Amino acid sequence: MPTLPAEFADLEPFADWAIATERERYAKRLSSTMDELQAFYDSAFPRLEAASSYLDQFDMGAMPDEAKRLLWLYCSLVTVSFPVEVWRQPRVPDSGSTRLDAVAEPVV
Amino acid sequence: MPHFTKPAEGSWTEHFGLGTEPVSYEDSISSAHYELERDAIFRRTWLNVGRVEQLPRVGSYFTRELDAARTSVVVLRDSDGEVRAFHNICRHRGNKLVWNDYPGEETNGTCRQFTCKYHGWRYNLHGECTFVQQESEFFGLEKADHGLVPVRADVWEGFIFVNLDGADTTPLREYLGEIGEGLVGYPFHKMTQVHRYRAEVRSNWKLFIDAFTEFYHAPVLHAKQAVAEESRKLQGIGYEALAYGVDGPHGMVSSWGGMSPPKDLSMVKPIERVLHSGLFGPWDAPDIGIDELPPGLNPARHPSWGMDSFLFFPNFMVLIWKTNWVLTYHYWPTSYNTHIFEGTCYFVPPRTALERLAQELAVVTFKEYGLQDSNTLEATQTMLESRAVTEFPLNDQEILLRLLHRTAHQYVNEYRQQTATPVRVSAAS
Ligand code: FES
Repeated sequence: MPTLPAEFADLEPFADWAIATERERYAKRLSSTMDELQAFYDSAFPRLEAASSYLDQFDMGAMPDEAKRLLWLYCSLVTVSFPVEVWRQPRVPDSGSTRLDAVAEPVV
Repeated sequence: MPHFTKPAEGSWTEHFGLGTEPVSYEDSISSAHYELERDAIFRRTWLNVGRVEQLPRVGSYFTRELDAARTSVVVLRDSDGEVRAFHNICRHRGNKLVWNDYPGEETNGTCRQFTCKYHGWRYNLHGECTFVQQESEFFGLEKADHGLVPVRADVWEGFIFVNLDGADTTPLREYLGEIGEGLVGYPFHKMTQVHRYRAEVRSNWKLFIDAFTEFYHAPVLHAKQAVAEESRKLQGIGYEALAYGVDGPHGMVSSWGGMSPPKDLSMVKPIERVLHSGLFGPWDAPDIGIDELPPGLNPARHPSWGMDSFLFFPNFMVLIWKTNWVLTYHYWPTSYNTHIFEGTCYFVPPRTALERLAQELAVVTFKEYGLQDSNTLEATQTMLESRAVTEFPLNDQEILLRLLHRTAHQYVNEYRQQTATPVRVSAAS
C-alpha cells in the first residue's frame, strides 16, 4: 500500500521517515547508521523542490493524508540534514547525553 | 579596533557602571545561596508563566510548577474573560488541586470548575469554594472564607506573569521598565505557530542565562555547526554586539544579522540554500503589519541589525529576529545545580509547506545549538564546584552576565537585610 503521493513513489522505500513528531524523527535519526541517513538524504534531497511545489497546491490546514506524510518525510530530511551535511555522525558533536525534547509543536 | 561604536567611556560595562573586576561564581555553586535566591528572587519578582494564547476561552487553564518559588500555581481565564492565578492547593487539607496522573507534572485543559481529587471540594473560576462534601459535618465552616489563595497575575503584550509576593505592589509594566516599554506594540499575537522544547540541565540557572546573553562563545563552541571555511572566518572575526541596554535589573543586547540571508550562499549548508532558513530563522520575513519597529528594537538603528535579545530578570528572555519571528527562553531552577530550560519558537503560521519546512529547519537548528550549550554547562558547573579557581575575568561582550549576577546578589542582600538572615555565604554547599 503506497503511503506517499503517486508522484513520489520513488521515495516509498523511505516512507518510514514520514513521522508526525519531531521527537520521534529525532529518535529515528539517533538510532540510524550514517549509511542509512545518507541513503535517505541522497534520495530525498534532490526531490525537495519538487515536493514543496507539489505540497503548495494544498492549504496548510487541509492537506490530504498522503500529502501530510510527504511533508513529515521532508521534516525528517531537515532532521537528518545536519549529520549528513556537516557532522558525519548522528548526534551533534559535544552534546554528550543531553536531551532537549519537543513538548509542543504544530499538528502538521 | 571595535567594528561597532562603543560609548564614550570606552566600554559598555563602564558606561553602565557595572564594574570591571573579576567575578566570583560562588552564587552558582552554593546550595545555601540558592535557598536564599528562592525566597529573595523567585518569591519576590514577576515571573513569566505563559502567553494568553494558552488560555483561548473561558475556563481554559494551565498549571505551572514553580519549584524555586516553593509552590505550584494554576493560571486560568475566568468567566469574565480575565486572567487569574491561584496557588494550586485545596483549602480543605492541602491536596494539590489541579493535576493529572503525576502530581509533579504540569497540565492544562478547559473546565467550568475545579474539583479536588481527595474529598471533592469544588471551586469556581473565580476561586470561590462552591461545594463542600458533607458540609454539615464541619464546625461552623464558611465556604466564603475557603476560596483558593490568589496569586497576583498580570499580562504584558500577551505574556502572562505572576508575582508571589503579596507585599510587592509594583505593577508589572513598571517592573519591566524602559526595556519592556520599548517593545510595546510588537505584534507577538500574530506569532501563534509554536514549537516548545524542554530540557533538564545540570547547572545553576544563571549559568545558562550567561551562555545565552553573550555571543562571544558562538564562533568557537558552535564551530562544527557551520561549513569549515565559514567557521574559520567567524572565529577570526570574533563577536561584537551593536549595542547593549540596561535598565534596573533588566538588560538587552542588540546583534548584527549574520546569515539571514547570507551574503554568499556557499557559506551555508545545502538544505539552508533550498529552504532559505537556518540558525537566524527563515530568511523571508512574513508580513506582521507594522511599518516601523518599536523603539526598543534595534536601538542603534543599525542597517545590519539581525536580532535583539532581552533579559527580563530573573529568568525570562525574549529574542526578536529581523525576519519576524520570536524565541523565548525560561530557566526554572530545581536546585542549586539543576534547572529546567524551556525554549519556545514563535512564528507567523506558515502559508505554504515550504514556509513550514523553513520554520522546521530554524527550530531544529536552535535545538542542535541548545544541546551543545546545555552540555557545556554541565562541564562548567562541575568544574566551578571544584573551587580550584574562584575568580573569573569577564570581557565587555559579557556585560549582561555581570548585570545578572550583580542583580541576583542585590535581591539576596536586600532580602537578608529585611529578614536579618544570618550571613552564611562561603564554601558551604
Ligand atoms: S484536600 Fe481537597 S477536598 Fe480534601
